[in-house]
Amino acid sequence: MAIATVPGAGIDVGSQAPPPAADPRRARRNRRIKENLTGYGFLAGAVLCFAFFSWYPMIRGIVMSFQRTRRGETTWVGWDNYDRIVNDPSFWTAWQNTLYFTVLALILGYAVPFFLAVLLNEFRHAKGYLRILVYLPVMLPPASALFLFKYLAYDPSDAGLFNAILKAVGLPTSQWMQSTDMTMPAMVLASTWMNMGGAVLIYLAALQNIPGELYEAAELDGAGIWRRITNVTIPQTRLILSLMAMLQVVATMQLFIEPLILANGAGTQDSATSVVYLIYQHGFFQNDLNGAAALGVIMLVALIGFSAVYARLNAKQD
Amino acid sequence: MAQYSETRSLISFAQLQRGRGKVIYWTLLITVLVVFTLVFIGPLYWMVTGALKSSPELAQTPPTLWPAEPQPENYTEAWDRLDLAKLLFNTVYYALGALAFQLVLDTAAAYALSKLRPRFGNIVLGAMLATLMIPAMVLIIPQYVTVIDLPILHISLIDSPFAIWLPAVANAFNIFLLKRFFDSIPEDLMSAATMDGAGSMRVLWSIILPISRPILGVVSIFAVTAVWKDFLWPKLVMPSPETRTISVGIYAFSGGTPQNVVVAAAVIAAIPTIIFFLIFQRSIMSGLTAGGLKE
Repeated sequence: MAIATVPGAGIDVGSQAPPPAADPRRARRNRRIKENLTGYGFLAGAVLCFAFFSWYPMIRGIVMSFQRTRRGETTWVGWDNYDRIVNDPSFWTAWQNTLYFTVLALILGYAVPFFLAVLLNEFRHAKGYLRILVYLPVMLPPASALFLFKYLAYDPSDAGLFNAILKAVGLPTSQWMQSTDMTMPAMVLASTWMNMGGAVLIYLAALQNIPGELYEAAELDGAGIWRRITNVTIPQTRLILSLMAMLQVVATMQLFIEPLILANGAGTQDSATSVVYLIYQHGFFQNDLNGAAALGVIMLVALIGFSAVYARLNAKQD
Repeated sequence: MAQYSETRSLISFAQLQRGRGKVIYWTLLITVLVVFTLVFIGPLYWMVTGALKSSPELAQTPPTLWPAEPQPENYTEAWDRLDLAKLLFNTVYYALGALAFQLVLDTAAAYALSKLRPRFGNIVLGAMLATLMIPAMVLIIPQYVTVIDLPILHISLIDSPFAIWLPAVANAFNIFLLKRFFDSIPEDLMSAATMDGAGSMRVLWSIILPISRPILGVVSIFAVTAVWKDFLWPKLVMPSPETRTISVGIYAFSGGTPQNVVVAAAVIAAIPTIIFFLIFQRSIMSGLTAGGLKE
């Protein structure tokens, strides 16, 4: 257990006079240095990758949001980039759309997987098959799944799958992505279908950890199925439920590929523009990487703010 | 997975075996089986058959359930026109490379952080985990700027597979999973080997890695699917038609290509992931829940 002695050895080095002929101690110190070096050697590759592709870009993003690069020359421009991006005619629309998507996705994509997990957890047959089914769309490349929705389901004529179904059951058909009102719900539907499987499986695992005695006791006290869900299932999975809510909000706020493929980016009358799409637009079509970086920083601040408020609310509940 | 039958859940097992409970259970189960099959397999069926339809048939109302005149040539056209062989090769190449880099560098880092524990190791771990709090899309612009002109080295990684492989290594979640697994391996096991004069490399290779097969499997699956599903990053850093991934290639061609051909290409892009899933479904699904979320 060489490692247990290390903290002591570390203090000795600095605070005491070098002991006369302390061979075992010096040997130990040498060994510790060697161990440290080996450790750094093993860490080096990953640390370099983090430094180049994570840590440095974080700082670079903030720095470049206050700079402007024109014809290879970079100057400090204060808050100009922020000014320009906030005054982009699509700025508030993009935030509105993104928040609307997030809320809709929470309503649909949060309650449905939990409900499905509770239901699936009751089945004693075909469990493996049902699990494979819900997770199957998660494995598809999103681009593949979205072209399926775009061309074969959301066709605004009655040739699309959804309109054919709506017509068959006698409901009014929809223009889907051509209609400004249906753009977001249609994207949420596609996105939920693609991504729900992961949440269902995570909830299922959490449900299996609930001790059966709790249900037993609740049932003996005369609690019906609904009471057992509200008084046993939900409190017992509260931690995971609240964690998943936060992860989902952060994930859906990064909405990008759905508008890009389903709505060709902005959609009818900007009805699909998302914040990340606006970042992409500024960075790669308006040749405004600095403005795009500023929007990235704004988004980061918004998400950190959200997480902080969320963590505080959660802490208060305990 | 025998444990389910032991512990009871919301509704007791006995209740489901008696009269009314039994009827409700079976009705519900069959309904769910039918609905799930329709909802999750149905679209895939629609996609595969939709790609077999001719363009006029695709625009026909009401849509046909089965193509009147199946046109398998849509698939061959997609294959040739989009050069799918090349795109598939690229995607596999990037995915396997990212896997190799992550397995070597992330495993080494997790081993160092878990077992060698050099000074300041915890600070490094903290800095890595902090990146989990930053949503990927927020960093996309500065990451792109970094990749076009790497600091210090001043080289561009655009159209180079390293632009996918190296950022993939900066994956705090995988390092965390590996480290947590390594933490659970008793020190005694290692100290016996160290007594026999085995170096750190040998301990990692002969003791840690063989025990860690399950977690290595999980991390490998995450690594491969992440590259296969990624879209914006490969779109930005692999702009040339020769270096594109399959998802980006399909998107790039979707503008001037008939719908049935695009859908055929989308089916071809999805087939490898479905096969991969069916082979590894057990590890994928257990890995998902082992992902630190279980407790």
